[in-house]
Amino acid sequence: MRQVDTETTMTLELSHLSRRFTDFAALDDVSLSIAPGEFLALLGPSGSGKTTLLRILAGLDYPDSGSVDLDGQNFLAAPARERKIGLVFQHYALFRHLTVAENVAFGLRVRKRRLRPSKKAIAERVEQLLQRVQLDGFGHRYPTQLSGGQRQRVALARALAVEPSLLLLDEPFGALDAQVRLTLRRWLRELHEDLELTTIFVTHDQEEALELADRVAVMNRGRIEQVGTPEAIYQQPATPFVCEFIGKVNKLPLTLSGGRLGMGEWLLDGEPWNGEHAHAVAYVRPEHLALDVPETQPAWSARLRHVYLAGSVAHLELYVPSLDHTLEADIAGEDVAKLGLQPGAQLRVAPRSAVVFAMDKSGEDAAVQGRWVWQAKNAPHA
Amino acid sequence: MTASSTTSATGIRHRRAPHWPRKIGRSLLILAAVIFLAVFLVLPLSVVFVEAFRQGMHAYLSTIKQPEALSAIRLTLLVAVIAVPLNIVFGIAAAWAMARFEFRGKALLGAFIDLPFSISPVISGLVYVLLFGAQGWFGPWLQAHHVKIIFAVPGLVLATIFITLPFIARELIPLMQAQGSDEEEAARVLGAGGWQMFFRVTLPNIRWALLYGVLLCNARAMGEFGAVSVVSGHIRGLTTTMPLEVEMRYNEYDYVGAFAVASLLALLALLTLAIKTLLEWRYGDEIAAHAPGGH
Repeated sequence: MRQVDTETTMTLELSHLSRRFTDFAALDDVSLSIAPGEFLALLGPSGSGKTTLLRILAGLDYPDSGSVDLDGQNFLAAPARERKIGLVFQHYALFRHLTVAENVAFGLRVRKRRLRPSKKAIAERVEQLLQRVQLDGFGHRYPTQLSGGQRQRVALARALAVEPSLLLLDEPFGALDAQVRLTLRRWLRELHEDLELTTIFVTHDQEEALELADRVAVMNRGRIEQVGTPEAIYQQPATPFVCEFIGKVNKLPLTLSGGRLGMGEWLLDGEPWNGEHAHAVAYVRPEHLALDVPETQPAWSARLRHVYLAGSVAHLELYVPSLDHTLEADIAGEDVAKLGLQPGAQLRVAPRSAVVFAMDKSGEDAAVQGRWVWQAKNAPHA
Repeated sequence: MTASSTTSATGIRHRRAPHWPRKIGRSLLILAAVIFLAVFLVLPLSVVFVEAFRQGMHAYLSTIKQPEALSAIRLTLLVAVIAVPLNIVFGIAAAWAMARFEFRGKALLGAFIDLPFSISPVISGLVYVLLFGAQGWFGPWLQAHHVKIIFAVPGLVLATIFITLPFIARELIPLMQAQGSDEEEAARVLGAGGWQMFFRVTLPNIRWALLYGVLLCNARAMGEFGAVSVVSGHIRGLTTTMPLEVEMRYNEYDYVGAFAVASLLALLALLTLAIKTLLEWRYGDEIAAHAPGGH
């Protein structure tokens, strides 16, 4: 039985949720526990089930099986209107025939008479909320007269007006241009810290999820692949999907030779499966490639093909002739000059760390047999 | 536009005079459209009024004041007053079902809604005669219970509802599909009940399309001839609507009478058109804001 201690009484407990649509499983046995005040990101490609999960929490859809408990109470039994949820839709879904102020007041105005605040109290609350989202003075406008970023903040004010215990955001920045997106992202994070409101947001943008959230749940094909802090998700991906979906990564097929897994000249020590698996895949982040490995350590000799200097970061394209494989490496922009890197330069390249998955066979449809986080001993620096 | 105008460095559009062949082509097209409208629309419509007033205002008024004419006007309005509200309810319900739900046979429902458009009105009337007429399926039972449908007002109402069925639904379905259900869902999550959601969100969003639908439906309900003619039985003063009255007077060589009643019908149609135009002119911005994509 679940322990209920005083600290986490408002924990939202999702267990074994499944939801099938006619031709595919939108959710497949999803379990997740969300702590009070947490800022959680549901991250995944389109069709991974993240929006379905959000709609189930909002009461707009129901799972075929599984349960959601809040504080030990069956959350799914409550209809949408009684759940005290603030939901911000992807395209905001502002009421186009109502002014900004009327939009924000909507949730209060539809309350039963004995729960409804007075007209004056509603007007004051709307004024407060518009100030909070930095839109004071916009109350009399219609949604069509606002920019994307302003609409999004109206949607947020409208959701906050009902004093929700859970805030849900569906692709909150999806419809905005890059500049506005970045500003709003920071602003939302600050707002969350002010309100201490449990917030779940859905996104397909990994940068957004890693930057904003306390915890990230990575979803794929209706399943949760990994839940963890942004750091854990990035540094210790649990599955090949998470490796490939989060950040850039070099995917290296490994083979077993002489009791060691490796690829070409690069061989790994301390393989944990005792030669049980003949095939494996290593995932190496571009910033985890060492470019000047000493002669004493195993490394590939590679030729620097291109340097793409993108502001503070330089993306390097390295070609390893012995493998006929192209690698991507990231280093700090200022290091390019320091290391004297020119296209055509010959480098000794090896990963400093990698996540290795043992596979039952080679190829795309292979099943994962084991995971091993590998670190180079006395790792050389770039 | 792009061919005949250029944008200067200051951003002001200068209209370049079109070359003369293009100018002539444009004038010819406009002329053709105007002539076509004049011959096929304006001329016949004017004939109605000219013929109605041929023997002067006095003859016109006395014709309209005849009890048969007044009764036809009353009956026409009665049929419309019953048929239009029923079609509003049906239209909204059907549009809601089509736009908001996925269900088996949805395409079939869509086809059925269009049926009255594609079927000849005579057949629509005949169907009711076959169902409720003396020799029809339910005829004997209805007779035994002294319920008269065919050759009586209920028959006229039924036939009119059948004929005008698609008008409101067809106006609403594409709009509701384009608008999507996001706003309704937002209302629900914000705590609105079903009726609150309908009256505060759904109805305001569809009100202009609904109004158009009602105007069109009303025009057709008052003007319907074919189906009504079959079920009416042409009992003067009892089951003749205005279109039927026009035909009967015409057949009896009472041209002034026929055209007088016809002019009233035409006036109703023009009034409908005027209201529609007035609304578009007065609330143009708001209507544009409610169109899909204007959000």
